Amino acid sequence: MIRLDNLTKVFDTPDGAVIAADHISMEVPQGEICVLLGPSGCGKTTTLKMINRIVRATSGKVFLDGEDTSGLNTEDLRRNIGYVIQQIGLFPNMTIEENITVVPKLLGWDKNRYKVRARELMDMIAMDAEAFLKRYPSELSGGQQQRIGVARALAADPPVMLMDEPFGAIDPINRAVIQDEFLKMQAALKKTIMFVSHDIDEAIKMGDRIAIFREGKLVQYSEPDELLSAPKNAFVESFLGEDRALKRLNLVRVRDVVSDDIGTVDVTDTLATARERIDSHGYRDAILMVDDRRRPIGVISRDTTASQQGYCRDHTRGLPAVVHLDDDLRKVASLMFAHDTTWLPCVDDHGRLCGQITQRDMTHHLGSRYRSRRPARPVVDGDRPAGS
Amino acid sequence: MELLQYTLDNLGLLGTRTLEHISLVGVAVGIATLTGVPIGIAITQNERVAKAVLYIASIIVTIPSVALFGVMIPILSLIGQGIGYLPAVIAVLLYSQLPIIRNTYTAIHNVDPALREAARGVGMSHRQRLRMVEIPLAVPVIMAGVRTAVVLNIGVMAIAAYIGAGGLGTFISRGISQSDPRQLIVGAVAVSLLAIIADYALLALQKHLTPKGMSVSTAAA
Repeated sequence: MIRLDNLTKVFDTPDGAVIAADHISMEVPQGEICVLLGPSGCGKTTTLKMINRIVRATSGKVFLDGEDTSGLNTEDLRRNIGYVIQQIGLFPNMTIEENITVVPKLLGWDKNRYKVRARELMDMIAMDAEAFLKRYPSELSGGQQQRIGVARALAADPPVMLMDEPFGAIDPINRAVIQDEFLKMQAALKKTIMFVSHDIDEAIKMGDRIAIFREGKLVQYSEPDELLSAPKNAFVESFLGEDRALKRLNLVRVRDVVSDDIGTVDVTDTLATARERIDSHGYRDAILMVDDRRRPIGVISRDTTASQQGYCRDHTRGLPAVVHLDDDLRKVASLMFAHDTTWLPCVDDHGRLCGQITQRDMTHHLGSRYRSRRPARPVVDGDRPAGS
Repeated sequence: MELLQYTLDNLGLLGTRTLEHISLVGVAVGIATLTGVPIGIAITQNERVAKAVLYIASIIVTIPSVALFGVMIPILSLIGQGIGYLPAVIAVLLYSQLPIIRNTYTAIHNVDPALREAARGVGMSHRQRLRMVEIPLAVPVIMAGVRTAVVLNIGVMAIAAYIGAGGLGTFISRGISQSDPRQLIVGAVAVSLLAIIADYALLALQKHLTPKGMSVSTAAA
């Protein structure tokens, strides 16, 4: 757990005192990622760096796991906090192994223990220990270097990690991969993490909570869905962007919205049966055809059933797309737009049909949050969920 | 032909003088490194002190060596060392300060701030940062300063023959006083060759001392 109590930083500049962080009080619960988000110069990085005293606080206190850190020696404090920075900062004169064991060494672990630990860490970040431990940072790509940067921060298994735009310097494709890997690690490690970002999409993806900063003040501290559906003021609204309702699509999984009410036909059914089912389910265009293991394999259109006769297997159209239960709604919406359709079949891990997702269901799901608040807030255009 | 004959006849003397020369420069630059590197590191803590120290070191280098020897004669005569080995070593020691202090200061000062922050972030103390990160990274530049000092002072030391310090300068000074071009040329060529060889030798040493990770430059895919 990280708790900040009225943490304040005042910089003395030739133009007078500048308040970089103004009485910041917040708490990150054990095992969660809190993303500090805001435009540059908003105080998010200063706040983060006051926790491990890279920036010394003017006033206020930092508590880690309930303990006031002001009594701790600076070096000891830092050795017990994982720290990852945007520029990565691997020591070029040290091998990868020396880099990732630097904290255990400073903590006085014995050699065997940190050698074993180095191999564990390499497994954790999915890099081949034999191939990389003896190499130097300059021999690695940017993405590999940042993985090592994360491993170095995790080396002594600190309960708390501070990450200052850790994936900011990595190209977008690798960034997404590293973010996913990191989230997977975090699911197992359950570190308490403060994470600075200026990228709203990254914040939504990584954060259990998001803290929005502006001009040294903490403006809003909420869970991502709450933040996107109920921004506190005009600044937060504009920072999140006009398309913030669309961003919520990232937060919802297909399994939260899927409806198991779906009519299907088998390959052996006749077109007449298909016609009946289309009518009885009230479908406008078509019905889904599944194989004997209930895997979706095609669609039978209403027009076909009207003009042709015979068995479904001979008159099927290709499937536009299928979505998985764990896909997010952003992908679903994208597929719907791409294939000009308003519904998609959903499948489980075995590829078996487990329902469908429709544009109406999505709109309804996202909109429920706004409807419950509407009486309390004046309605402006941007409040409506997209796609309604 | 005459020159070659002279060289062969005096090979033993040439060897002795060369060793003298090397030992004079070696001792002086060695001591200068031991003083200059810590000074260079220390002044990174305060920019104003750094400016003052570098300014003084620059002024010292502008003093002509003949003048410097002249100034030292009366002072060192007080301890009976007005001429010879001691003033020669002191002069070279002083001249060596600038390249060594300046290169050390610049190298430590220019360590990537991100690396410095990372070193603080993992919990290194100030001394640990210097020992584990900043000095290793500064070694190539510090060594370049030592090389400059050595090459510069092999030339300066030739003049020290006039105050009786020995070394290859004796060939030159005798060549001039005895109007003997053979001695003059042999001395001059020997000093030049020594400077070139020392430069290459120290370059090899510099490469050897450079941390391996910094010489490996090819990045993987």
